[in-house]
Amino acid sequence: MDSLALARWQFGITTVYHYLFIPISIGLSLFIAILETGWVRTRNVKYLRAAKFWGKLFLINFAIGVVTGIVQEFQFGMNWSNYSRFVGDVFGAPLAMEALLAFFMESTFLGLWIFGWDKLSPRLHVACMWLVALGTSASAYFILAANSFMQHPVGYRIDPVTKHAKMTDIGAVLFQKLQIYTFAHVILACVLTGAVLVTGVSAWFLMRKRDIDIFRPCLRIGLVGMLIGSVAVLISGDLQAKVMTDVQPMKMAAAEALYNTSQPASFSVVTVGTLDGAHEVWSIRIPDVLSFMATGSFGGKVEGINDVQAQYTQLYGPGDYRPDVPVTYWMFRLMVGAGLVLLVVSIVGLWLTRRGRMPTSKWVWRLAMLSIVGPYVGNASGWVFTELGRQPWTVVGLFKTADSLSPNVSAGEVLTSLIVFTALYGVLAVVETRLFVKFAKAGPISEKEALDSVTLRPPDDPDDVDNADADEDPADSERVLTFAY
Amino acid sequence: MWLNQLWFVLIAVLWIGYFVLEGFDFGVGALLWIVGRDERGRRVLINTIGPVWDGNEVWLLTAGGATFAAFPEWYATLFSGFYLPLLIILVCLIVRGVAFEYRGKGDSDKWRRNWDLAILVSSWLPALLWGVAFGNIVRGVPLDAGHNFTGNLFTLLNPFSLMMGATTLLLFLTHGAIYLALKTTDEVRARARSVAVRAGGAAVAVMLVTLSWEQGIRGSAVSAVVAALAVIALAGAWWLTRRGRDGWAFLASAVSTLLLVVGWFAALHPAVMPSTTDPAGTLTLTSAASGHYTLVVMSWVALALVPFVVAYQAWSYWVFRRRISTRQMPSSPTRASTTHPTTDLTDLTTPRDRVSG
Repeated sequence: MDSLALARWQFGITTVYHYLFIPISIGLSLFIAILETGWVRTRNVKYLRAAKFWGKLFLINFAIGVVTGIVQEFQFGMNWSNYSRFVGDVFGAPLAMEALLAFFMESTFLGLWIFGWDKLSPRLHVACMWLVALGTSASAYFILAANSFMQHPVGYRIDPVTKHAKMTDIGAVLFQKLQIYTFAHVILACVLTGAVLVTGVSAWFLMRKRDIDIFRPCLRIGLVGMLIGSVAVLISGDLQAKVMTDVQPMKMAAAEALYNTSQPASFSVVTVGTLDGAHEVWSIRIPDVLSFMATGSFGGKVEGINDVQAQYTQLYGPGDYRPDVPVTYWMFRLMVGAGLVLLVVSIVGLWLTRRGRMPTSKWVWRLAMLSIVGPYVGNASGWVFTELGRQPWTVVGLFKTADSLSPNVSAGEVLTSLIVFTALYGVLAVVETRLFVKFAKAGPISEKEALDSVTLRPPDDPDDVDNADADEDPADSERVLTFAY
Repeated sequence: MWLNQLWFVLIAVLWIGYFVLEGFDFGVGALLWIVGRDERGRRVLINTIGPVWDGNEVWLLTAGGATFAAFPEWYATLFSGFYLPLLIILVCLIVRGVAFEYRGKGDSDKWRRNWDLAILVSSWLPALLWGVAFGNIVRGVPLDAGHNFTGNLFTLLNPFSLMMGATTLLLFLTHGAIYLALKTTDEVRARARSVAVRAGGAAVAVMLVTLSWEQGIRGSAVSAVVAALAVIALAGAWWLTRRGRDGWAFLASAVSTLLLVVGWFAALHPAVMPSTTDPAGTLTLTSAASGHYTLVVMSWVALALVPFVVAYQAWSYWVFRRRISTRQMPSSPTRASTTHPTTDLTDLTTPRDRVSG
């Protein structure tokens, strides 16, 4: 393989891997903040124990999410330096804002949350988790703004001398329509992911009838989150698709493997075709639905791949402007399919556990646990779809992937880093999963332990603050840390 | 043009934040076995940086992001040019972050020993490699007219840059040991101080040599003064440690780190990435920078956010300002708040402790 293929594989692998952990971080941080707020408001220890239990699982996930994020930032410069030179003026701004506004917030307040149980007042402590949740979402917003610029460049001009993009309107970059819908879609998918995880893990405990007082409320909150999440994901995805059809007609056509412009266009549920996708062998179709998805009207016109290709050839000169149609088509189906399955699971789950009911059949619980796979499939295929559907461009209409590479980095170097990251990520995945399962199975800590850990200690003790030599106080130095590595 | 100067300064500030803060947590990680000695001691070490290392590391991400936004050409040249060293640093940062989080979550001694080893290696290497990287930036690297790096890994491993690597390594070991002296008690503190004195002496000598060399390669009257002050501050840190003034010593080693970075940027100015081959390859404050509009936008953002960041990060240091001792370590890292089996623990239920919130 050449540098280009290797660098693309590296980007794909590191991004999809990074994104296995991010939705959990975003979804769970919100969920933990809600549970801890429940503890602060009601003083019911079960919420505290639940918050601490999910907190541990959250941290195991969060660690990998953070460290793999560093690779993402460095990678643009390392493998794609020509891209960085071309677009840094626009693309760098949201990235820098992400670090300044989001990364500092989530890391600092997470440190305070982990180690501050006995040092901060309960209100201040729960505020830290809300800030972490806000930070993770803000981080998603900025990185998606950068990505939306790649999908649909706005707020820039091309410098006549350097031929590089120059930013002219930060508002357009941060708040373009595509970005708003994309952010909504992604953040709701994160909430959905967190909710499914909570549901699945709770189901494991309920099947064994362990800690029912804690996991039944968690299950219900998880299922409600799943229902709201999956419905909202479908709606936001639909709105996003309409903007996408508008600004990236090729991606929509590829998602449907629609070669010829149709009016009205039917939606393909499943199509089996030739390998290049151009000829259909067998398919199930629903009339007019694609028109609605793409344009909002059942009689709308949807452009086909061949026509967009012809337009692009006229606009940008001769070349192949089609993404990999079969992959794009199937990734789109996996993404939407995962969302629909989770919607069904949440409805069934809410029905079976209504008004204090608890299913006795084991396969119901097993199915709930199995549903944890759903969001991972949906999230990963969603990203592969949206990034592959953009090809052959890195910035649609402006800059091609093939031109984006670092000219001075050898294929050997890219291969080295590809192997190193893949191997390292593989090992970390095994370690993470084992720890996650171990700590999930261990269950929540006891009531006494939970209450002990939130007993305030100095330096919050007001009698102690004026004592200049306080840290030499022998009694204080012998107190066990309530949270320690 | 003054906006370019401002961003040059701001990026220097971000790197200063990174090296002053992560400098000591690299040092703590690197001293895990030397100062920590036994299991309890190692846990004390990790807990002194537990709440803050992640926030410290974000200074690097922000420096990277800000360079991307304000000087995209610099970012592109640097990150593609220093490919393999950056790969090693990245792997270290990944392993290190995960190691802190996962070390205490296993059951066996072997598990903890392996993660200890990971923390050790992944603290030593970046402490060395960041110095090598900045040594090369200051010294200059072969760049062609398109600003692309034309050397290879061995171009980067030149004597001057390796000396700079030794300087940062010794500096961070000293800085970390002084931090430990400030944050721990009893026997851990005693060991930390003795390491700080020994590493500090070596650091002063090596820094003096390297910074004189740096002046020979590139520099102005300003960078010479700054370099001299950096050495003096480090010598001061060494002296203050010997006198047992941990707080002042830490301040001095932080100032020395700050001045080292200021010296790099002062020596570079007005270039950001000098070329040793084609003079047209040299990137400057002007040729590497983003457009005026982007710099204006980013300036407002930085102006609005940086004070908040500094304030809440300072607050988090304030919240965790207490010293940590081996007696505070719970018997098992995975079970934090249960009572302690050994006898060196005082009664947990003294009335003063029971101030409930």
